Amino acid sequence: MAPPCPAFFWTEQQCAGGPGSPLISGIPLEKLAELLQYLFSGLTNGAIYALIGIGFSIIFNATAIINFAQGEFVMLGALVAIALHSLGLSLPLAFGLAVSAVTLIGLVFERLAIRSAREATAISLIIITVGGGVLIKGLAMLIWGKDAYTLPPFSGQEPLVFAGATILPQSLWIMALTILLVVGLEAFLHFTILGKAMRAASFNPVAARLVGIRVSQMVQFSFALSAALGAAAGVLIAPITLGVYDMGTMLGLKGFCAAVIGGLGSIFGVVLGGLLLGVAEALASGLISSGYRDAVAFLILLLVLFFRPQGLIGRRPSRSS
Amino acid sequence: MVRYQRWLQAGAFYFLVAITGSLLPGTYYVTLLNLIGLHIIIVLGLNLLMGYAGQISLGHAAFFGLGAYTSAILTTTYKVDPVLGLLAGLLLSGLVAVVVGIPALKLKGYYLAMATLGFGIIVAIAFQQMDWLTGGPSGFMGIPPFRLLGWSFKTPTTGFFFVWTVVGLILFLSLNIVDSRIGRALRAIHDSETAALAMGVDAQRLKLLIFVVSALYASLAGSLLAHTTNFIAPSSFGFMFSIKLVTMVVVGGMASIWGSLLGAAVLTILPELLAVFHDLEVVIFGLILMVVMIFLPRGLVRGLLDLWEFRQRKQQGR
Amino acid sequence: MHLLKSPGSWSRALGWLAAVVLLTGAMLTSPAQAEDIVIGGLFSITGPQSYLGEPERNTLEMVVAEINAKGGINGKNVKAVIYDDEGDANKARLNASKLIDKDKVIAIIGPSLTPTSMAIIDITQPAKVPLISCAAGVNITSPVQERPFVFKTAQTDQMAVARIYQYLQKQKINKIAIITVSSSFGVSGKDQLIAQAPPAGLEIVAQEVFGEKDTDMTPQLTNIRTTPAQAVICWGTGPAPAIVAKNMKQLGLTIPLIQSHGAASKKFIEYAGEAAEGIILPAGKIAVYKDLPDSDPQKAVIKNYVEKYEAQFKTPVSGFGGYAYDAFNLLAQAVSKAGTDGTKIAQELQNIKNFPGVSGIFNMSPEDHNGLGPDAFVMVKIDKGEWKLVE
Repeated sequence: MAPPCPAFFWTEQQCAGGPGSPLISGIPLEKLAELLQYLFSGLTNGAIYALIGIGFSIIFNATAIINFAQGEFVMLGALVAIALHSLGLSLPLAFGLAVSAVTLIGLVFERLAIRSAREATAISLIIITVGGGVLIKGLAMLIWGKDAYTLPPFSGQEPLVFAGATILPQSLWIMALTILLVVGLEAFLHFTILGKAMRAASFNPVAARLVGIRVSQMVQFSFALSAALGAAAGVLIAPITLGVYDMGTMLGLKGFCAAVIGGLGSIFGVVLGGLLLGVAEALASGLISSGYRDAVAFLILLLVLFFRPQGLIGRRPSRSS
Repeated sequence: MVRYQRWLQAGAFYFLVAITGSLLPGTYYVTLLNLIGLHIIIVLGLNLLMGYAGQISLGHAAFFGLGAYTSAILTTTYKVDPVLGLLAGLLLSGLVAVVVGIPALKLKGYYLAMATLGFGIIVAIAFQQMDWLTGGPSGFMGIPPFRLLGWSFKTPTTGFFFVWTVVGLILFLSLNIVDSRIGRALRAIHDSETAALAMGVDAQRLKLLIFVVSALYASLAGSLLAHTTNFIAPSSFGFMFSIKLVTMVVVGGMASIWGSLLGAAVLTILPELLAVFHDLEVVIFGLILMVVMIFLPRGLVRGLLDLWEFRQRKQQGR
Repeated sequence: MHLLKSPGSWSRALGWLAAVVLLTGAMLTSPAQAEDIVIGGLFSITGPQSYLGEPERNTLEMVVAEINAKGGINGKNVKAVIYDDEGDANKARLNASKLIDKDKVIAIIGPSLTPTSMAIIDITQPAKVPLISCAAGVNITSPVQERPFVFKTAQTDQMAVARIYQYLQKQKINKIAIITVSSSFGVSGKDQLIAQAPPAGLEIVAQEVFGEKDTDMTPQLTNIRTTPAQAVICWGTGPAPAIVAKNMKQLGLTIPLIQSHGAASKKFIEYAGEAAEGIILPAGKIAVYKDLPDSDPQKAVIKNYVEKYEAQFKTPVSGFGGYAYDAFNLLAQAVSKAGTDGTKIAQELQNIKNFPGVSGIFNMSPEDHNGLGPDAFVMVKIDKGEWKLVE
């Protein structure tokens, strides 16, 4: 079946592949539309992976902890927003409240689980965050049950057509808000006192403490920030994927891949890693085999770790655990 | 003296196994104990890697699965003798461990954890997707029981004796590894890799050796699982199982061989005890995991010993 | 040392926690009365397939309470011991032997999935405990000669595929694309779709798969779009098939979409929203029971089940719970005649004929331990958010 004709750009004749059809180095229009479709799909998912990955990266830089409960923040964001929206709150309000609520949960999680275990080894910390993830997921299952829930898209259901490929308005929302959040985050980290203090604490906690930065507060703040980002990712993706109590685990792992691929030290690196991962997955499932889609993500992860462990554009980590 | 003690321990262990095996009522406790035995085998290997060599692996379920599927496929589809199937599984797991281990063990800490995690997930996906070979998500049915020198371990109880005999062998092998030159070199790496290097220890090679040994343990357990349960499915070899194995090591206590026994037993029995809570089970399991790790970061055995010592000192009037 | 900061309070806290957990546990396990008829339930109540296990568990608890209110079976109280296998084969084996050994059940209802069912057959079969599985796989009850104690109430995917292909032939469609989930349900469906295509004169021009928790299937569907497929058949359960429907709409793929009976729940329509319109699928009669003629013997059974379930659990009913409902009612009938001996129950179950259940009319025989025919399925179409009978 042919893709919808982008009549806005081309004539019917061109669409049918007739004379004047725009051929790029022998690739017919249909093939181009197909590739563009994979790209759209990949960029949408990639943006979400990037948001989740940044959450990993923020906490890792502040505490050298990989927070395996990160995916559950995503799930909570989606389910809380859905619950609030079904109570009659408007979408933006539900979005904001859900993000704030999950931020609070992130703070509580840090206080109860992480701070109590400050002297634990890296392996114990992994298990603590895994346990935390299991706990949050279990609680969500008790509260929301095992069914999935829907959230209406931010604007409109009708897909937009670009050069034969279609994209949902929600995907544009996801990409736009991701860009906004990333730029905002970078600005915050580089141009505000709090952000600078956070970066200082992550570069060298001892030196930071010497100049009067309360490192424990920065750690707490990093958990809040990454919970907020995770929740935002959850609300953004819920209209496309539905919200369900066990949606977080795989999303969390993918976000984590994105963070490692791009390099845990750099936010733009993580964004690049996320987008790359999303596009690679879409291409792999479209062109190679959809069964191995998830394997592709982890294969890239392995290749990056083996050949460029600092990530694609990451610096060498300042401390090794 | 040490040698003499070891024989005594072995005697006591097998005596206990014989008594338990002959007293067990019905199949439930046998099935549970068999599962504990298999978990102990994997956890002993993983503890050599984590506790003694100081290297983490979040992908050991993959080796468990490789052993199980190799045994299952060879003995069922190709009618190979179970002993050969088991050996083939060991060979395959060992090879994969070398191929993955060489680049992965150059990484440290979290980066190693991520690499092994990625490896584990890829293998789990392969079990699911290669359905022409593995039966896919529906599982692999009809694996014959283990046969050795004319003996067939068909019933759960004979399976119990078989599994726990192997557990004993692996246990004493592990104790010997720990007490050997290799064990001392490993502890040196764990404490300071640089210092160990200076002392002439080939750290990279030793780490790889232990990684392969732990993979072989897991693969052995996998083959035993296939033959004692007659049925395997990919859901048993996923990412969460790898995490559970690591948890068993840490809860039992790193670098504690006897702790591994306790860790594997506690974490296999715990979900059974929690089953009465129905949907709350998961929540309580997560909570217990966190609480144990936060308050007893050195594992149950050490943690409880420390507590006891502290009590003693307090009672003696400080 | 970290631990020794204040171990007194910590150890006390831990001790209390342990005590509370154990005590509550002890309280929750109420021992069975000697006179009770104890049956076992084993479902995937948590884990990725919890949407199957949950309604099955609910249903079993509901019908057991109902039968006890009516005086039990032959005057004896019925007690159901229900465990969760989390969708894992090892856990299923453990729980099955626990049900048989510790709880001394006379029969087991469940498991919810094909792999977990297959995993426990060689535990229940030698123990001579009848097993009534709620899973779809054809292989569970065949070969019957080797498994005289194994039954199942869910319709097989074999019949669902036959029904779909019948429909496609009528529509003069001969090139199809299939997209199936990577779970036991999807793989078994895929095998049937491929096996039955040539005899039905159909050509499969594209084969795609997706993961149970995947959230975007546009790449697979884009691939399908480049083939001459005249219809897409999607085989999956849970939210994913709804995402397939949404993605098709997004891509402007207007060829007919046919779902499997795994999508035959009210939830599916809710998940897919507008994209659900026009989707065709084979469903158990539970989806359209209101449209059935009163002469249909299943109508009253289904109506009774749906109304009670929805009143008690305040959530729309699904066909999955119906599997447990039928399993229990078949068992209750067999037990009322045969008593509590496993061999006699299996004999009785095997002889049940013309038994109207939620999933179909059961006609068991020594050759067929499922007992459902192709008439267990009707083809339905989603029209303005409601199921409508086609044909």
